[in-house]
Amino acid sequence: MSGTKFFLALLIASAAVFGAAGLIGNPYVFFAGYVVLQYIALATAWNILGGYTGYVNFGTAAFFALGAYTTVALHKLTALPLPIMMLVGGIVSGVVGLGTGYLTLRLRGAFFSIATLALAVVVQTLITNWNFVGGSRGAYIVRPATAPLLGIDYVQYLFLVMQGLVVLVLVVARAIERSRLGYGFATIRDDEVAAEASGVPTLRLKLLATTLSGAFMGMAGAPLPYYVTYLDPASGFSLAYAVNGVAMPLVGGTSSWLGPVIGAVLLGTLQQVATVTISSALNLLIVGLMLVAFVIVAPNGILGLVQVRRRRSRA
Amino acid sequence: MTGCQPGNALLEVTSLGKRFGGFVALEAINLAVPEGERLGLIGPNGSGKSTLVNCISGTLRHEMGSVRFVGQKLEGLAAHERTRLGLARSFQLPRPFNTLSLAENLRVPLLYTGRHTTQPIDQSCIDLLDMVGLADKADRLPRDLTQIEMRKLELARAMAARPRLLIADEAMAGLSHAEVDDILALLIRLNGQGVTVILIEHIMRAVMHFSQRLVVLVAGRKIADGDPAEVVRDPDVVRAYLGE
Repeated sequence: MSGTKFFLALLIASAAVFGAAGLIGNPYVFFAGYVVLQYIALATAWNILGGYTGYVNFGTAAFFALGAYTTVALHKLTALPLPIMMLVGGIVSGVVGLGTGYLTLRLRGAFFSIATLALAVVVQTLITNWNFVGGSRGAYIVRPATAPLLGIDYVQYLFLVMQGLVVLVLVVARAIERSRLGYGFATIRDDEVAAEASGVPTLRLKLLATTLSGAFMGMAGAPLPYYVTYLDPASGFSLAYAVNGVAMPLVGGTSSWLGPVIGAVLLGTLQQVATVTISSALNLLIVGLMLVAFVIVAPNGILGLVQVRRRRSRA
Repeated sequence: MTGCQPGNALLEVTSLGKRFGGFVALEAINLAVPEGERLGLIGPNGSGKSTLVNCISGTLRHEMGSVRFVGQKLEGLAAHERTRLGLARSFQLPRPFNTLSLAENLRVPLLYTGRHTTQPIDQSCIDLLDMVGLADKADRLPRDLTQIEMRKLELARAMAARPRLLIADEAMAGLSHAEVDDILALLIRLNGQGVTVILIEHIMRAVMHFSQRLVVLVAGRKIADGDPAEVVRDPDVVRAYLGE
């Protein structure tokens, strides 16, 4: 399938999902669906760095929350439309991603991961002490009742905007996979010294991956203040984002764009259902158990299981 | 001492020095390799052969001296930039890209050095695999390969960068007699196509058969350089290998 066809297929799928959600007639579907979409974007963004180049980022929450807090700041200062705010949030997180990449160039494996964890703590401390965006008290955002131009319910609008981001992120992720860049990323994951010897500019590609991954995480976080209407550092930098950002691609499979989507839909939906039916505290327990189960049973995720099954049936 | 005049050599190493902390790994190495030569580089374990290769190819940075390739100074160039200039190397222990198929392993240097010809890249991959006799395994992963196939993949990947100079770092260690001949024939064929080859090797039969010139490193110094038959009779070389 060509890039354009893939893009069109995603648009049709998005329209169908939006239509189906509308037919159910319960506004909560959009409210819960938004979270799943947000996780698809977040998991795919994580996978660009973690899956393609093999650099495991534990600082997802920092990039995500930076996008959210950019919106809080912009909301207080301006009256920009949400998509523009997402773009700005993406730029802020992308720049931080670039900086993180630059500072951690010499760090590999677990050391890189620890550095990203430290980044999350640093950013959270800064935000907690920044009074303008609410500091530790948090910030209230008054959500408009209806969306501008479209006139639909604002939660539906958030759902729609997040669908747009998901389409964008998936198109980019898939395009990377099939390009020269994708091969370059894969060689970084496999062996950086051999990659350099094969002419791959590993340094530049790593920076590109940290920037791109960070930017998409920021964009995924940017609409959050309008969704929750009250944002404080504890919820913006919630452990859930970091854990889900890692767990969803790993459960789905990191080798292809489809893996994070499967993981996010599966874990995201499961968490939403558990929140409503059992308890909201059960969320992370589910993710943790799934992660342990998959690391033991299917280290290459659901996609890995399918690939093995296919290879066996062919042999 | 033979060797070509400085200034017109393809590779020119001048008083190169490399230390690891207080340990002197290489000291004042001078080496000029003219285009088209088959150079053998030998020396006991730990004599600095691989360190020299790593300094030339940019995997390590040296503190003293200089390296010029096609007349260009290499200091300050990253390893991938040197590869793009036409300086390729294979690794002592094969380092394939494990999650990529054999064809994809070769696709990477073809894509990134931009030195491939006008023919489609898929065909170039197959041609290269064919050259080393691995064409039928194009879609397999490196983990399915035997030791000798792994070495051949390593050489094919180095060749995919279309180098002017190929440094083969112990490409034959641990291989059987017939397999060594296999790799030797491959290297000589490449040389026939105009590629300058530096062969680092312990197997003397292979080195003597292959080399037009032989350089000996001992404890980080170059102790001999010249006609292979004369070099192996050199008393210093004999002493280094056999002791007194």
